[in-house]
Order: sequence, then C-alpha cells, then structure tokens
Amino acid sequence: MPFLGKSLVAKTVALVWSLLSLAVTARMVCCFNPDVITPQFGFDYWWIYPMGIKFKAGVDGISLLMVLLTNFLVPVIILATFKHTYKNAAAFYALILFMQSGMLVVFTALDAFLFYVGWEAALIPIYFICALWGGENRIRVNLKFFIYTMAGSLLMLIAIIYLAMQTPGKMYDIDAIYALDLDPQTQGWIFWAFFVAFAIKMPVFPFHTWQPDTYSSAPTAGTMLLSGIMLKMGVYGVIRWLIPVAPLGFAHWGQTAIVLSIIGIVYASLIAFTQKNSKRLIAYSSIAHVGLISAGIFAWNVQGLQGAMIQMLSHGINVIGLFFVCDIILDRLNTDKLEDLGGIAKNAPKFAIAFFVVLMGSVALPGTNGFIGEFLLLMGVYQYNLYAGIIAGLTIIFGAVYMLRMFQKMMLGVSNERTLVFKDISGSEYAVFVLIGILVIGIGVYPKPLMHLSEAAITNLVNVVNTKIQVVRF
Amino acid sequence: MNALITISVLAVLVLYLGLYKANKALLPVTLLGLAVALFFTINHWNVFTGPTFNDMMSYDNFAVAFSGITITSTMLILLLSKGYFEKISDHVAEYYSIILFSLAGILVMVSYHNMTMLFIGIEIMSVSLYILAGIRKQDFASNEAALKYFLMGAFSTGFLLFGVALIYGAAHSFDLEAIKMHLETNLQTGQAISPLFYTGVVLMAVGMAFKVGAAPFHFWTPDVYEGSPSLITAFMSTVVKTAGFAAFLRLFATCFYPLHDFWMPVILVITIITLFAGNITALYQNNFKRMLAWSSISHAGYMLFAIVSLGSEASYGVFVYAIAYSAASIIAFAGLVLMQANTGSDSFDSFNGLGRKNPFLAFTLTVAMLSLAGIPLTAGFIGKFIMFSNALSSMHTWLVVLAVINAVISIFYYFRVIVAMYFKDAERAELEIPLNFKVVLAISVVATILIGIWPAFLPNVI
Repeated sequence: MPFLGKSLVAKTVALVWSLLSLAVTARMVCCFNPDVITPQFGFDYWWIYPMGIKFKAGVDGISLLMVLLTNFLVPVIILATFKHTYKNAAAFYALILFMQSGMLVVFTALDAFLFYVGWEAALIPIYFICALWGGENRIRVNLKFFIYTMAGSLLMLIAIIYLAMQTPGKMYDIDAIYALDLDPQTQGWIFWAFFVAFAIKMPVFPFHTWQPDTYSSAPTAGTMLLSGIMLKMGVYGVIRWLIPVAPLGFAHWGQTAIVLSIIGIVYASLIAFTQKNSKRLIAYSSIAHVGLISAGIFAWNVQGLQGAMIQMLSHGINVIGLFFVCDIILDRLNTDKLEDLGGIAKNAPKFAIAFFVVLMGSVALPGTNGFIGEFLLLMGVYQYNLYAGIIAGLTIIFGAVYMLRMFQKMMLGVSNERTLVFKDISGSEYAVFVLIGILVIGIGVYPKPLMHLSEAAITNLVNVVNTKIQVVRF
Repeated sequence: MNALITISVLAVLVLYLGLYKANKALLPVTLLGLAVALFFTINHWNVFTGPTFNDMMSYDNFAVAFSGITITSTMLILLLSKGYFEKISDHVAEYYSIILFSLAGILVMVSYHNMTMLFIGIEIMSVSLYILAGIRKQDFASNEAALKYFLMGAFSTGFLLFGVALIYGAAHSFDLEAIKMHLETNLQTGQAISPLFYTGVVLMAVGMAFKVGAAPFHFWTPDVYEGSPSLITAFMSTVVKTAGFAAFLRLFATCFYPLHDFWMPVILVITIITLFAGNITALYQNNFKRMLAWSSISHAGYMLFAIVSLGSEASYGVFVYAIAYSAASIIAFAGLVLMQANTGSDSFDSFNGLGRKNPFLAFTLTVAMLSLAGIPLTAGFIGKFIMFSNALSSMHTWLVVLAVINAVISIFYYFRVIVAMYFKDAERAELEIPLNFKVVLAISVVATILIGIWPAFLPNVI
C-alpha cells in the first residue's frame, strides 16, 4: 500500500514517486480477485488500544477503483504542472503527495477513526496548496472552504464517536459499526451528521457555495485535485459509511437526499449557462455531474451504484482534462473570460481536437466514458422513480448545451489579436491529453473490466443494506 | 515527596546563588535540580500503596503524571528564559526561586489528600504568582496585572476556604476519603446530607473555577496574562492551569463523586459559558498575546469536559489534553517572545511574511496553531477526541455539539496567525532564533506530532 512520504526534490521526484505508487496499484489490480467480497490486501493492527482504535485497511472492489483513480490521476496532475514553475516547488509537490496519501487512507480505511484522520489529513494540504499558490481572494475564499468542510467533518466526528460508543467493545472497527442495530430515530441523526459532511465535500445543493470560488481561485493543480479526486471522497463516504451504517436513516431520508441532488443538477446547470468564465463554468458543471452521481447512489440499486463508480472515474478524468484546457489557455493568454477568446482552433488544431475529445466525454456522447456512467446512473434513478429519472436526464441535454457553447466561444469563430498567436500543445501537455483521450474512448468502448472489479462488492453491499431495511419494514 | 523537597531546597539554593552574584550558574543549577526532581517523580510511578504523612498526601499515578507534566513544562519555559529576565529586571535570582516556589505549591496541589493541603498548595502557588505578575516594578501594566490578580485571587481563595469550612462542618473531616465515605454512607442509609455540604461544594466549585479561569469567573485572565511578562504568562497559562485542573478533577471526580447529580448541572453551565465566552472574544482580538489569553479560557472549557463526563478515562483525558495544550502554548509563547524581542510588537500583523524569512519558526507555530485548533495528526486533536468521546459515552451529546461549534469558531482566529505568516507579504528582517529556543521548539513540535500520530505511548493514568 503506497502510503507516501514527502519528496524533497521537485517535479521529477514527485512524478517518479507517484508513478511508483501507480505501479504498485497496477500490481494490486492484477492480483485482485474481483469475485471475493471481503477486503483484500488488508492489514489490521492495534493503533490506540485503550480507545479501541485500529489501524485497519484493505481494498474491496469499490475501494480499488478509487485507489486506481487516485494513483492514476496524481501522476497526470503532476505531469500537467510540468510547464509551470511554482515558487517553492518542493513544498508544492510534497503537499500534493501528502494529500494523495490522505486520500488513499480515506479510500482504504476500515476503521472509522482512521477514516476520519485520513479525511482531515487530505484537507490540510489542499488548503495550503490553494491558499499559497492560488489567485485573487485566495485567503478569504480558502478560509471559507476550510471552515465549511471542517464544520461538516466535525459533525461526522460526533457521529463516529457516538457509533463507537454504542458498539460492544467501544470499537471503531467498521465491522463492529456495521453490526450495530440502532433505532430509526437515532439512525436519522447519524444519517444527517454523515450526510452534511459528505454533501459539503461533493458538493450537493445547498452545501455547494464554497465550491465555485475555491475552484476558480485555486492553482490549476489544486482545482484538479479537488474536483478530480477529493470530491470522490464524499461520494465514496456515502457508499462505504453513510448508507450501510445508517440504513434506516437512509430509508427515511434517502428521498430527501435524492431531491436535493436533483435540485442541484438543474440549479447548477442553469447557472452554468450564464457563466462568462470558463473555470467557473466547469465548476458548476461539476456540481451538476456530482448531483447525478449522488442521485444514482441514493437510488441504491446495482445499476445506479455501478454507474456511480464508472462515472466517478470518468468525471475525474474528464474534469482534469477540462481544467487542463483552461489552464493552458490561461497560461498563454492570461484570460479565462469566454468573451476574450475565439478562433483558437485555427492556430492550434491538436489542442482543439484534444479539447473536443474531453468535451465529448464530459457531455456523455455514446462511445465515450461519460456515456457509460451517466447511462447507468440514469437507469438507476429511473428504476427508483420515473419523474426523478426524467428530470435528472435533463443534465445530459443541459450539459451538451453549455459545454458546446463554451467550446464554440473558445475555439471557433473569429480569432482576435490575442488568440492569433496561440501556440499549439507540445511535450508534456501532449502526453497528458493523449493519456486522457485514450481513457475517454477506452472506457467508453470497453468498460467491462472496470465494472467487473466492483460488481461483486456492490451487489453484496446493496443486498446487505436492503435486507436490513426490509427486516424492519415487515 | 523527594521531588517536593528537591524543589523547595533548590529554590532556597537559587536565592543564595543570587546573593553571591553567580548569575551564570542560575539556569544550569535550576534545570539540573528540576531534572533530579523529575527523576524522583517518575520513580514513584506505580509504587503507590496509600496516602502518606498522616493521610495528608497521596502520591498515586495521577499525582505522578501531573507532577511530571508540570515539571517538564517548567523546564521548557525556563530554558526559554535564558537572557530574558536579565533584560527586564536586576533581581534575576528571585525570578527563578519564585517560579520554583510556585512549582512546589503546584506539586502539593496535584497530590493532596486533605483539604488543608489543597489550600496550602494553592496559596503557595498563588502568592508566588502575584509577585511574578508584578515583577516589572516600573511597568504600569505589570502593576495592574499583579494587583488585579491579587484581589481576584484573594476573593477566590476566600470562597474556597469558606467552602472547605462548611464541608468540614458537615462531614467533620478534611480528609478526602473520609468526606467521600461520609457522603456514601449518608446516601446509602438515606440520611439527609446537611445543606452546609451542598453550599460548600458550590463555593469550592466557584473558587476552583476562579483559579482555572473558567467563565463567568474569568475576567481577571486577559488583563493579567497581557500585563505579565510573556514567559510568566506562559507559565501561568500552561503549568498553573494544568495544576488547577488536576486539583479540580481530584476534588470533584473522586471526593464529591457520589454527589455528582447535584453539582453536574453547575459545572455543565460553567463549561458552556466558558467555551463560548473564550472563543467568541478571542475572535475579536488583534493582539496575539490577548488572543492566546482568551483562547486559554476556551481551552479551560474543553478541559472541564473531563469533570463533566467523569468516566474512567476522565483523568487520562485531562492528562493528554494538558500535554497537548502545554506543548502548543509553549511554542506559541516562544514565538511571541521572539517576536516581541525583535519587533517590539505582538499584533497579528507583526507575523506577516514570517513564513518566508523563518521557515522553521513558522512551521512550528503552524503546528502549534493546528494543535490548538484540534486538527488531526496533532496532539490537540487527540486531546479533544478523548474529551468528546468521554462526554458522548456519558450521553452529553448536546454539549459535544456545542463544543464542535466552538472548535469551528476557533479555527478563524488560529488560522489568522497562519494566514499572516504564509499568505501576507511584508518587508521584514529574518528573526534571529537562539539555540535554546530552537531546542524548546523542536521538543514541543516533536511531542505534538508524536502524540498526534501515536498517542498510545503515553502511559494510561488509571
């Protein structure tokens, strides 16, 4: 398990280090047996014995996909920063790797305390990345972001401690917490305490107000980390902790959560229409996409969850591609206002093609990764409720409209004096887009191996929770 | 007991050193003596057989643990004081010896087994502190601090003593064990407990709340902390506060335990007011030292959790919290002393741009602020975590929710320091950090992070 240390020498060491962890992950994927539902490659030691806290981690199909996502995207993000020179680069890359290890802890933890520590350990580096290397307003915006997420996670901490106090040996072990059988009202409280923490992270309407500001003021690598990986911590938390831990709370409040998610989809899409700044537009589109993921999860059936897993991977890949496009434009032209752009495609055909591929993935064109995920998600929501499915389906249409509008304003039309001298992509930029492009189309055409990885774990989880809910109902 | 004798003798010895103008020897002799005392203290670990000296003192593991923290913290603070006292006064030896006398009082406070010893301990400590607060004779703020502290302290001692007297009237004993027995027998046989006893408990709670600076008896704290020399403030807000809580906990968690249904609501209200008063006022401070003073009030609120929840882990909770809080505060005060010495200012703005010029100092201060704010992987988080889990296991869920709101508020003002150091630029010269400061900062940071990552290495007090 690649729990990483710090890198002292800058970019290259960071890249090599993250590639190493990717290699370890690749080996894990090869050795992984997808048909076993219990966590694999696990370890289990006492951490703080008197308090019942263990250092227990392991991966099942769900975790493995998230680990894969993290360890694939971090090298890509580091590669995407290669043309920048950050002041104090060693600290910058060390923070990225530190954050990566925090996120890996979150995705693999099988102990609630460890999960919480990883959750916070990922937050501190991203705060410093965004606040030290960010753009204007970074101090105010990031303090808001930090306090927002901290408030949510402290509520979760109360819930975690409360749950552990109810277990027989006062244990934080996930199995002990799963085995609890609390009354529905308590589970309702637990549900909300967890839900707020995860909803802030994802973010789900109405907890999203920190997100557009933070995304647009952060340095691009920070935005990529936040949108590509970190928001998946919230989604993963819902699957691994929220619903299995409080199934009755979920049975009672799940509908509210779906409604909030769907409101978020429509609301964010509508705001995305009016954005004049490409980074903010992508930020809102990300809220819409995550709203769909969360709706698919709260529908709680195998299709929805499978869709959520695939869509998490796809969204991570696509959104990093999109932000990279913004970053390249911002870097060369010093603007990210849509009205200042236009006609870039003429001077930079390769760049335009790369952008177009990513865009297609993002608007879920059949044959791309976005389609698989959104299709499964919509199927899941549709099974839950027809009207919810229809409204959630609007996200595809809306997405196509504002994304294509963005593409048109940026790449097509008449060049102005700024865009006339636009240099096409080269070197590391090229490599990043090729990697992303392969995945966009690869997952779109042949998603089966990935889906197979998580299938057994998801089916099991769905059945376990549904049994718990049914036992109470009948 | 050996530790107590060592420290008392050491204090007198230091006075003689001052008399013979051996100023250079003061610090090494003091530190050596304290190291010996620490050794004697640790030697007492797990050898407790029962109260000694006619049941006056009880050197159980609780006493050993808290003596250990207070002696170690005092050593760290004295290590910072090299060259500090010479600047503000001619009578350097008196400083050392008064601090040592105060520490002797503290050792009595954490190991008493009799109300009279509690009183004697608190008085030895307090009288020394009144002098220390006002030791800058020419300075107006220092005089004000001393007078305020003395008047308020005298009041609170009055409350405490009156409480002791009433309890003696009801239970006919000063002995903690005898008082507890009195309560238990009366409760078992259904006999009414004298109203004198109830009044006494409330008066003692008020007196102790004064001493630890819990709201609404906290008004002396900010002025005294601000007026006193910074290192004395550091001593008061770490060592003295820790000792106060140890005494408080011993009294309420063991002696008055059978009556907890009665005094719990009182302490609960004190806790909640303390949390909010400390945090919200700290939010509006522009001065780093005053912010630390108010934040120390809010930390008193978190430590009161132990007394509210009383579980078997209560003293472990205070133990860990006190270490975490002391380590972080020592770092903060070390930074403050350096800042005052170099720039003459202690506003938040004087920290601007420190991150670029003094990366090490800025890093240690960041760790300290994160620890005080209770962010994971620091000792402060573990302390808060234990407090919260104790409170939740005794079903004080709403108290924990209020505490969490306060933890979020506290992030605002702790992060102001971090923001100033890293994100605001200012033209400034690099601060010169003497070796002794580096050592203290390094020890405290290592302790903070080590406890944050692996708290299990701390011995369990119970």
